[in-house]
Amino acid sequence: MADGEMANAKGPGRYAGAIDCDLHPAVPGMNVLLPYLDEYWREMVSVRALDRLNLALTSYPQNAPLSCRPDWKLADGEKPGASLQAMQEHVLDRYQQRFGILNCLYGAQVMHSGDMAAVFCRATNDWIRDEWLSRDPRLRASIVIAAHSTEHAVAEIERRADDMRFVQVLMLVSGEVTLGRRQLWPIYRLAEKHGLPVGIHAGSAYRYAPTAVGWPSYFVEDYVSQSAAFENQLQSMISEGVFAKFPGLKVVAIESGLTWLSGFAWRADKTWKGVRAEVPWVTRAPSEIVREHVRFTVQPIDATDEAAAILRLIDHLRSDELFLFSTDYPHWQFDGDAALPDGLSASLLRKIVSDNALATYPRLVKADRAMEIAV
Amino acid sequence: MSIVELERSGAARSRLRIIDCDIHPAMTSWTEVHPYLAKQWIDHLSVYGSHLRHAFSEALSHPRMSPDAARVDAYPEEGGPPGSSLELMRTQHLDPNGVETGMLIPLRWNPGSQRNLDFGVALTQAMNTWQVERWVKNEPRLRASVLIAQEDTGASVAEIDARAGDPNFTQILVLPKTDEPFGRRRYWPIFEAAVRSNLPIAIHVGGTNGHPSTGGGWASYYMEEHNTVAETMQAILTSLVFEGVFERFPQLRVVIMEGGLGWIPSLTARMDKHWSRLRSEVPHLKRPPSEYIREQVWFTTQPMEEPGTAAQLIDLFDRIGWDRLLFSTDYPHWDFDDPRYAFRANLSEAQRDQLLYGNAQAFYGLP
Amino acid sequence: MARHVVATVDDIPAGQRMLVKVGGREIGIFNIGGEFFAVSNRCPHEGASLCKGRIVGLVESSEPGSYQFSRRGELLRCPWHGWEFDLRTGKSWCEPDRTKVRSYDLKVEPGGALVEGELQAETFPVVIEKQYVVIEV
Repeated sequence: MADGEMANAKGPGRYAGAIDCDLHPAVPGMNVLLPYLDEYWREMVSVRALDRLNLALTSYPQNAPLSCRPDWKLADGEKPGASLQAMQEHVLDRYQQRFGILNCLYGAQVMHSGDMAAVFCRATNDWIRDEWLSRDPRLRASIVIAAHSTEHAVAEIERRADDMRFVQVLMLVSGEVTLGRRQLWPIYRLAEKHGLPVGIHAGSAYRYAPTAVGWPSYFVEDYVSQSAAFENQLQSMISEGVFAKFPGLKVVAIESGLTWLSGFAWRADKTWKGVRAEVPWVTRAPSEIVREHVRFTVQPIDATDEAAAILRLIDHLRSDELFLFSTDYPHWQFDGDAALPDGLSASLLRKIVSDNALATYPRLVKADRAMEIAV
Repeated sequence: MSIVELERSGAARSRLRIIDCDIHPAMTSWTEVHPYLAKQWIDHLSVYGSHLRHAFSEALSHPRMSPDAARVDAYPEEGGPPGSSLELMRTQHLDPNGVETGMLIPLRWNPGSQRNLDFGVALTQAMNTWQVERWVKNEPRLRASVLIAQEDTGASVAEIDARAGDPNFTQILVLPKTDEPFGRRRYWPIFEAAVRSNLPIAIHVGGTNGHPSTGGGWASYYMEEHNTVAETMQAILTSLVFEGVFERFPQLRVVIMEGGLGWIPSLTARMDKHWSRLRSEVPHLKRPPSEYIREQVWFTTQPMEEPGTAAQLIDLFDRIGWDRLLFSTDYPHWDFDDPRYAFRANLSEAQRDQLLYGNAQAFYGLP
Repeated sequence: MARHVVATVDDIPAGQRMLVKVGGREIGIFNIGGEFFAVSNRCPHEGASLCKGRIVGLVESSEPGSYQFSRRGELLRCPWHGWEFDLRTGKSWCEPDRTKVRSYDLKVEPGGALVEGELQAETFPVVIEKQYVVIEV
């Protein structure tokens, strides 16, 4: 397809070669993690019956319509996203994806005990490696960490760093402290060192009410509030100087809703001009920092006209390199094959579908080169 | 060297004529409210002071970059905090900026956030009378807001009823840091009273409720904290919509004050999108959230958004709806908007008049 | 362009400023440690009277948590939105190339030179022994 031509081809073929930056494999139950636990923790699981706990996150109620697209449901009430075969059929094969990045959302990362959280995060990463990465060469994964236990988190990143199939560090947008706080910096330091973007995914550890006005009544309100959480935490990272300290760090906002970015950039830039003396390490407008360091997955797109929304964001942020293709599988964000709207030019489509992700995740490029050589 | 010259928004007018929907009156001394406060509460204030859910009883949790959050040029020569001198307010703001009507938004003491409910209620009653006696009676261009201590719903309703029909008051005032999201049912008697009194509810930035300013903890810097204001307004609007407040009270009118504008179209679209997916959870909503917002919610304009281009600003107004925007200056606060220069776009005379005057005139039913 | 005598050096002690009107323009004259600078009184953002702003130093940072303070008294913070302007150049700190306050050429000249030349102060007599602030508008 020539440059500038509108990429209106319907059907899954338009995503051929895509890099899907948000796939959710489900831990079917704690029993799958047992082989990766030491004797003490295996006994604790048994004595405390931890394996009977459903550690599905409150941010994603298992049966809520959002949590699984109807035609992506599994048989026999199996957890959505628990089957590799189904994931292959529904997205990896259907869209002829080149890579898919697994973001496992499981209770391990939010447990209050840092030790317990770290043990189950480690087991989760082991399980992802054995049951997913090793069984489909297209798959890559984020390193699941318990961010609130920084020492353990750092150890876990170090443990995975040599395995180039782990391409990102995964955190929830709402944790125990605002994401710019210096106590989290060892995580960012290592991420930068190893070429791992920090993927910040929607979701809360629910250490606090999800909004500054307290606890909403309904799940839909919690979910709507996620975009504001991204605004809050991006502002925190900018204000605290995370990107000044770690100039090579990339952050990927995953499942953030996207269109909040315009208002965020305007307000952040305006505020900065008036109060920057408070944070003198912030030497550039926040929108510039975002343009250089932050990327966004494109499901969901909070707009009625999604193509217009993307073009508007490109105009407002003055960049077409910010957006990364994602299906958010198995979450229900779109129907059929409308993972991206019609009305995007072929060159823009290519950027969103693959080029921007390759520029964001250095580990993908290395793997990509290796594959090309092999071919 | 190219120097950015100040450009007037749109065609130059012979005379400014505005309705300022956000003016902050202050007390020269807190003893100003003594005449309106029972001795019990005067004593209480002296002995125990303000008792809130944050670390400093009188100071804000995040010190501002400008003292009193005020314009440096707004300090009265005779002393007292910015906003405490009617004379200065007149010469510095009301007269030169062509303010024909100005809405008073008193913020002292956060009465709605007081942990001692009786004390909070007493403060609201006193400050409401104070607005009339100290300001409106001396300056006919000003109007008072019915401050309520929303956590005591019964007392709030009584105060609304007491002020209903008094032309000195144009609206009910609530600060968004309520104990629970403001749409929750415990607050519904307030909405009922508002409708009964035909008074809109103004929700102006402020208050303190003990919840961190983000769902992931406290902001460190004022720069962050200042931006959380916009997310707080998003949360309160989301609550009003999904709790069904607008569905249940179709006559209710709400004006969001000083929360910014850039987030409105994206939040509205987000609510619609996820409502369509999750509507089985909120069957009491009969229509998409955007419809309730478009019909029942207004927004004051300060702090004005400053996108990269004028076209982006116009596009933003188009998507919010021009008739929903009420001009405000936030006098005497530091992020004041000047009616001449706030809109960085070439507006037509009619558009300017609508934003600066017409919308508020219609909203408040002013002559 | 014309030269205008607007003040004597003694009128504006170090660290102080004076607002003058020249040909309908309001101009702020600032004395920074004995050096004089002239900038327009209107903030290019929303028109605030810059002369009413606070005089501040420059804070920079080599990394988060470090605060390096220099150039005490050489920046002007707008009394409204707090934008910082460099009194030496008129440039704003945040957008030095896009947002500037107009600055004017200023010279300090002895009264003798002014009396012998054609220049006269418009509002007060020039005395040979004094030093004068002369701006070009």
